[in-house]
Amino acid sequence: MMSSSFNIFRVGISFVMMCIFYKSAVDSLSELSPQKYFSTLQPGKASLAYFCQADSPRTSVFLEELNEAVKPLQDYGISVAKVNCVKEETSRYCGKEKDLVKAYLFRGNILLREFPTDTLFDVNAIVAHVLFALLFNEVKYITTLEDLQNIENALKGKANIAFSYVRAIGTPEHRAVMEAAFVYGTTYQFVLTTETALLESIGTEDIKNAHLYFFHCKQVLDLTEQCRRTLMEPPLTTLNIHRFIKTMEAPLLTEVAEDPQQVSTVHLQLGLPLVFIVSQQATYEADRRTAEWVAWRLLGKAGVLLLLRDSLEVDIPQHANVVFRRAEEGVPVEFLVLHDVDLIISCVESNMHIEEIQEDEDDMESSDMDIQDDEVAETVYRDRKRRLPLELTVELTEETFNATVVASDSIVLFYAGWQAVSMAFLQSYIDLAIKLKGTSNMLLTRVNCADWSDLCTKQNVTEFPVVKMYKEGKSPVSYPGMLGTEDLLKFIQLNRISCPVNITSVQEAEEYLSGELYEDLISYSSVSVLGLFSPNMTTAKEDFTEAGNYLKGCVITGIYSEDDVLILSNKYAATLPALLLARHKEGKIESIPLANSPAQDIVQIITDALLETFPEITVENLPIYLRLQKPLLILFSDGSINPQYKKAILTLVNEKHLDSLTPCWLNLKNTPVGRGVLQAYFDALPPLPLLVVVNLHSGGHVFAFPSDQAITEQNLLLWLKKLEAGLESHITILPAQEWKPPLPAYDFLSMMDAAASQHPTRKDPECTKETDAQENDKKHEDKSAFRKEPIETLRIKHWNRSNLFKGEKSFKHDNKEL
Amino acid sequence: MGFSAAARLWGPPGLLLTFVLHPALCLRPAQTSAPRHRDYCVLGAGPAGLQMAYFLQRAGRDYAVFERAPRPGSFFTRYPRHRKLISINKRHTGKANAEFNLRHDWNSLLSHDPRLLFRHYSRAYFPDAGDMVRYLDDFADRLGLHVLYNTTIAHVTLNKDRQAWNGHYFILTDGMGHAHRCSVLLVATGLSVPNQVDFPGSEYVEGYESVSVDPKDFEGQNVLILGRGNSAFETAENILGVTNFIHMLSRSRVRLSWATHYVGDLRAINNGLLDTYQLKSLDGLLESDLTDLAVVKDREGKFHVTLKFFLEEGNQSADAITLPQDDSDNFAMRVAYDRVIRCLGWNFDFSIFNKSLRLSSGGEFSKKYPLVKASYESKGSRGLFVLGTASHSVDYRKSAGGFIHGFRYTVRAVHRLLEHRHHSVAWPSTQHPISQLTSSIVRRVNEASGLYQMFGVLADVVLLKENATAFEYLEEFPMQMLAQLETITGRKARHGLFVINMEYGRNFSGPDKDVFFYDRSVGHTEDAWQSNFLHPVIYYYRHLPTEQEVRFRPADWALPRPTAIHHIVEDFLTDWTAPVGHILPLRRFLENCLDTDLRSFYAESCFLFTLTHQKLPPFCQQGYLRMQGLLGTESLWRHGVESGLLRDYTIVGRRREDQGQGPLSSSQAPGPPVQPLDSNKEEL
Repeated sequence: MMSSSFNIFRVGISFVMMCIFYKSAVDSLSELSPQKYFSTLQPGKASLAYFCQADSPRTSVFLEELNEAVKPLQDYGISVAKVNCVKEETSRYCGKEKDLVKAYLFRGNILLREFPTDTLFDVNAIVAHVLFALLFNEVKYITTLEDLQNIENALKGKANIAFSYVRAIGTPEHRAVMEAAFVYGTTYQFVLTTETALLESIGTEDIKNAHLYFFHCKQVLDLTEQCRRTLMEPPLTTLNIHRFIKTMEAPLLTEVAEDPQQVSTVHLQLGLPLVFIVSQQATYEADRRTAEWVAWRLLGKAGVLLLLRDSLEVDIPQHANVVFRRAEEGVPVEFLVLHDVDLIISCVESNMHIEEIQEDEDDMESSDMDIQDDEVAETVYRDRKRRLPLELTVELTEETFNATVVASDSIVLFYAGWQAVSMAFLQSYIDLAIKLKGTSNMLLTRVNCADWSDLCTKQNVTEFPVVKMYKEGKSPVSYPGMLGTEDLLKFIQLNRISCPVNITSVQEAEEYLSGELYEDLISYSSVSVLGLFSPNMTTAKEDFTEAGNYLKGCVITGIYSEDDVLILSNKYAATLPALLLARHKEGKIESIPLANSPAQDIVQIITDALLETFPEITVENLPIYLRLQKPLLILFSDGSINPQYKKAILTLVNEKHLDSLTPCWLNLKNTPVGRGVLQAYFDALPPLPLLVVVNLHSGGHVFAFPSDQAITEQNLLLWLKKLEAGLESHITILPAQEWKPPLPAYDFLSMMDAAASQHPTRKDPECTKETDAQENDKKHEDKSAFRKEPIETLRIKHWNRSNLFKGEKSFKHDNKEL
Repeated sequence: MGFSAAARLWGPPGLLLTFVLHPALCLRPAQTSAPRHRDYCVLGAGPAGLQMAYFLQRAGRDYAVFERAPRPGSFFTRYPRHRKLISINKRHTGKANAEFNLRHDWNSLLSHDPRLLFRHYSRAYFPDAGDMVRYLDDFADRLGLHVLYNTTIAHVTLNKDRQAWNGHYFILTDGMGHAHRCSVLLVATGLSVPNQVDFPGSEYVEGYESVSVDPKDFEGQNVLILGRGNSAFETAENILGVTNFIHMLSRSRVRLSWATHYVGDLRAINNGLLDTYQLKSLDGLLESDLTDLAVVKDREGKFHVTLKFFLEEGNQSADAITLPQDDSDNFAMRVAYDRVIRCLGWNFDFSIFNKSLRLSSGGEFSKKYPLVKASYESKGSRGLFVLGTASHSVDYRKSAGGFIHGFRYTVRAVHRLLEHRHHSVAWPSTQHPISQLTSSIVRRVNEASGLYQMFGVLADVVLLKENATAFEYLEEFPMQMLAQLETITGRKARHGLFVINMEYGRNFSGPDKDVFFYDRSVGHTEDAWQSNFLHPVIYYYRHLPTEQEVRFRPADWALPRPTAIHHIVEDFLTDWTAPVGHILPLRRFLENCLDTDLRSFYAESCFLFTLTHQKLPPFCQQGYLRMQGLLGTESLWRHGVESGLLRDYTIVGRRREDQGQGPLSSSQAPGPPVQPLDSNKEEL
């Protein structure tokens, strides 16, 4: 009779369960007199009362715990009260002596149990004991294996059993089991033991911890058959038991024919992953058996579904036979190829591990380590499938090399097929071949040093890429310039004439200086250099010839030393020996005296002369101007420069006000990366044009000319003066950090140490920090368990992963700048 | 013992002995005429001797090779008895790279002449020994090496002299009594004395060196072969089809070269008997210590195997000798044999070397070899080097130093050492800016044949310059001499170094190992250290290890514990050029060792860094700033933008409000300073 009334009362319990995990305001313990207390008791309602002497201390450890138990017990419909035994109202529950006070459990006004206060040592014990007493019929307490077998036999074909072992009554685990029993006690037979022997007899080695087994007895029809058992692996908490039992209730195997990403089962809600076994019509029976087997193995750990590929509308990779979906929302499903059912199990289990690891270490970082962050390598790799018209250049081999470079003037590109930088340059080289097609008598050739290693070594090529020019009767010349189409084209074109060119008449010299003589080359060399010598100045001529040779490919040089050289020297007011520099763009010819300058100095004089006073700075020419080691005065301009500004700056240059600076301007149309530079200097891109001084070589200070001032000579001069006097403050300082490794490397040494410390025979005496080593051990084990999957599996997974990162990648790289 | 490597055979011991017994007689004429001096004397014109002669010749040194026979490679005129060399002659690899192809050419010597490649001498994968003789003949001839043929050196002694390079001269006395004085002695005489085990009845045993090679002579016979090397199996293979059965007896278990990765162990080409044994076709293998055995001959002339101690019981009558089967009637070798053949390998001939040279045999495990240091110099006398097969004690059962395809490189290493020691020519090296480091290593691990063949013995060394802005690259240095690198090479290692070695997985090789187990290959870069097949391993040291550290290194380590180590994951095709799988992890390793950024950049990026940073990454500094920036092309640039590694600045202006995402706001730093790899090293 009692139990039936109890059942009614339990209807509301699943609701209660939902509330258990919320903390509401703690209902405090009500204090009543005995009379008052008994009058509040309602039939069928349980109540726990603590009787104490009125003069007892108002607070004690027990009272604190009891106070805490008020709320949870109320959730189960059990009221709690402290009854003060006042002298006038003695009750038989009031202990005679102070230390004999007890707590009593009533249902209605029927006493169910009395508890000495020391059994109710904490809130867990209070809840556990009270529920245990109330659920006396629902939870069978047993001590022998025989008891268990009897229960098992009795329930076969009828109901499932939740069998649990706890180390003692009143422990948190006991409370968790009791709370679960309160909810599920009518659905499943709860069996409880505290006997370790009983636990051992059903085959558990670990007797230190509490355990819960689910016995699947309901489906057992043959009485001789044993009920299948599922061990609950997570620690016994109310929530875990609830989750575990929920998964036991869920169908073992579900068949689905929809997008795995859309499927939802109770498992996902419980935070467990889903495993889809992909099935086809043809193998349906076998797949179903496999799936059932897997489902049993993963019961309580993951949901298992049979995915019918034939009736599926979404695409899944052809070879994938398992689909794995994590419980986390928004994580895409993974398609796996697993050839062994055991692998499915280990995959799920190790995935659970990995999640745990990810919490400690940043797994993202180690994944990034495998992502290419070298822009040259990545771009070359992405371009690998494009077919280059390589046939436009002649591929040389060990056999053909000598014959070819002897037979015709040749440019040879030495590269290595596996080296990204040289492959990137090969593209420019091919572009050059397209440009020059049929117009040049210079043969464009290439040698792949990955194939012809010895040949390259013989040609003194030990790094890549290298470009050399072979001309008949002359030793090969290495190309020293930028690895780009235009610069190499200039080198080749300027090498068509011998430098210095021997000029034989005054008229020819004039044509040379005016640019008519080599009209087609003027675009490659904006300056023509002419050395003027008397016929008898042999050493000076030799030095100049040497310098001209050295500068070959970089600038046009000529030499005139006929008897009538004075005509020229007089015309251009030059004292012999002298250089005439014809600047074709500006149409100016200037002269520089050459008093006994050795070849080296002549080279220097000419290279200095090639520098413009107010150049447009570009990616290609910046390094030349940086050699001057002066701060840059850069005028940023969106498009061509305003002639007024140019005039202002040139005036300052001519008045020698800018000698300590390198004035230049940058056209954002030609050099868009200039915007990147501006962004580094200013928080917000300011209106253009804009003048800055960048002190690259000392301190990295950047100063900006006030944008509210007009760029005029006066304003500029004033600003520069202030700047010099240290009166201007910088807008930013360029970072001075060293370039560190962008990402860490694999630390194989510690991985090896970790592995070595697993073999006790080979203990490394250097390994002093044992705890560290052990920790490493564990990580290593986990990883190796995961790695044991066949390679194919990992490949697909990898592919998937990298796809996953693709989306974030551009964003990430933006942030990281590179 | 493989024949691919064995060098020439010295004269029959008996003949040599006569000279040894009368040293005074031999020396007298030598003293009358002043001995002819040479800086370098090479003993033996086998492959190793000729290889050394080649290097000496190219360097223009004063040298001579002494050869007993009238032509080079006399060992190969008789051995292997069955004429098939087991060193592979792979004529095609699908690659043009000559250096790479040497990885699979086990017979050629090193030279600059492409005609002197063995593939021009034989089309057979396992060539005939006669072709080797012809090859060596051509090698000596074409290169004009100074070989004194028909000159038997009967005695070698030491003459102290302060003037001499090494404080003494080596005095060689030939068969005619002429003396030769040498500053440096290079012994390349191979292993020439057949190894004999002494036991009662060993006189009935035929030796490999003289046994018939005609299968007809074995028709219907029971044959017992002593030994378990390639010569034993080669002998068995030849007669397998005509005998009743062959039993093979030796002390240790059979070692298959495909399980041990040592070419001197039993090669699959010779292992037919293993097949018939395991298929129970009467042939069989047995293990027993030969020194416990005795062979007795019965009245019919058949041989019985018994134990030595049965003979010691005193009863000498042949029929009455106790046989093991008398006690245990299922004794395996209870059958009578028609022939017993000894195939136990060869030993070095110590007999011509005077005691003063202190040339002694190695320890227990390499008795057959003279004791040498890892530099191949004798431990007993400075200036005496052992080359070729006889130098195999350095890497016996480990690497290929006992075979042509291995010692051709160790000979070169010895020559480089000598060039520095006596002629002040530093060990050849190339110097590069640090931005070339990754490429230099990738290049070598993909083509170098010396590293590949002499894995664990010869290693490349990268010596860093100050501040790690540049490095020197040294090839094929004997890695056990690492502590002495500066004195041997004449190069300075003050700022840290990398050592590039090739290695098999630690527990992969061994006679009893299953080398075909599932999952034997590793495909993931993070598991590279577990690679099993031969793969490159790079060691990083902040300081040159000391001799002590090299000697007392951990047992299974090739080198002392480094500051950091990197394994390039093994590759099925031995092609380590995959951008992400091989090169990227290598770069990260190098970067973290050097604490710098070794990425390559296009000129545009360098331009940006130049104007926005005070310092530049090495690639920009060593390329762009020197006017050698990489400009790239339109299509590459597009890929760069797609990948997110490059940025399209032409559109920046239009969306400049999103400052947070601009690369430059974060470009203040070239990426957060990551903890360098070695900083946590110290804690471990």
